Amino acid sequence: MERLPLKSKVLNENQIIAESLRQRFREHGVLCLNLISSPGSGKTALLERTLATLDPATRVSVLTGDIQTDNDARRLARYGFPVQQITTGGTCHLDGRMIEKHLAVWDLDQIDLLFIENVGNLVCPSSYDLGEASKIVLLSVTEGEDKPLKYPSIFFKSDLFLLTKIDLLPYVPFDADVAEANARLVHPGIEIVRASATVEGGLDAWLAWLKQRMVQAPQDALAPAVK
Amino acid sequence: MHELSIAESILAAVRKELVNHPGARPMRVGLRIGELSAVDVDSLTFCFEAVLTGTEWEGLQLDARVCPQRRICNDCGNQFAVVAYNARCPACASGNTTLISGEELDFDYLEVETDGTPAVEVKSAE
Repeated sequence: MERLPLKSKVLNENQIIAESLRQRFREHGVLCLNLISSPGSGKTALLERTLATLDPATRVSVLTGDIQTDNDARRLARYGFPVQQITTGGTCHLDGRMIEKHLAVWDLDQIDLLFIENVGNLVCPSSYDLGEASKIVLLSVTEGEDKPLKYPSIFFKSDLFLLTKIDLLPYVPFDADVAEANARLVHPGIEIVRASATVEGGLDAWLAWLKQRMVQAPQDALAPAVK
Repeated sequence: MHELSIAESILAAVRKELVNHPGARPMRVGLRIGELSAVDVDSLTFCFEAVLTGTEWEGLQLDARVCPQRRICNDCGNQFAVVAYNARCPACASGNTTLISGEELDFDYLEVETDGTPAVEVKSAE
């Protein structure tokens, strides 16, 4: 018996594609954000209201992933921005190759902001780097405050925690402070924004965060690559 | 259930590595899996057996070692094992800590049986 050392990562192939995507996003000044949550936390609703609010001159595109149906792409296409559905046909997450394939039909120079709406799942998408600048994890107030402790990986890897559906707080036994404390326990540096896609002004804090990141993105593109 | 995709990635990497070792039969593949990697070892083992079924490598063993989360405190320098995902430094309570290990999803080794010919030069799968 002989033991051969192996030095590579198990998802080495995905990592190589993700790094190449990240490099392309930087070169073309694209801010790519990967939205991850359980099914039903409000990723599509957040994107709908965000697209409805954005200046039509904003160069934003959306890739939206689901196991089946193109319902989300049809919902999102109504706002006039380029949208593509990625139907995984059973796979519980998006991977780098799927992103690469769907980006092939777009000119990255025409995109400043790329949203990737991942498949609804708090576990698997956290293992797959898509070349994004940041992962954003959404958790709605109709779920449990302990979700950051039950699914630490995604809260650890996300730069922003969006607590969604906060308009429902008066009607549900959900302690937003506890949920946020749990997220900070797992990831002390995580940014947290509360949001509601259904009430007037409910997305102001999120839009301010987004605006700040978009101002930052072209500067990042000029900076030397990290890693 | 992304463990199925991961099991397929492992098999592909073993296949690629063996190109460098003609005649070697893979017996066991070692992995290091961080507790933050969102991979369930039982599920991965099950999926790995499933993807091997009907292939020439049925019976290839998976040795998945779980790596606990360890962090270093940027304020007091304390290195600590993270308990219950609490990333704060137990010595000074600072939240300014950096991960040292726990995020791995890495290959460690591949054990092969050879037919007695001298071992060829070892190369990694990268």
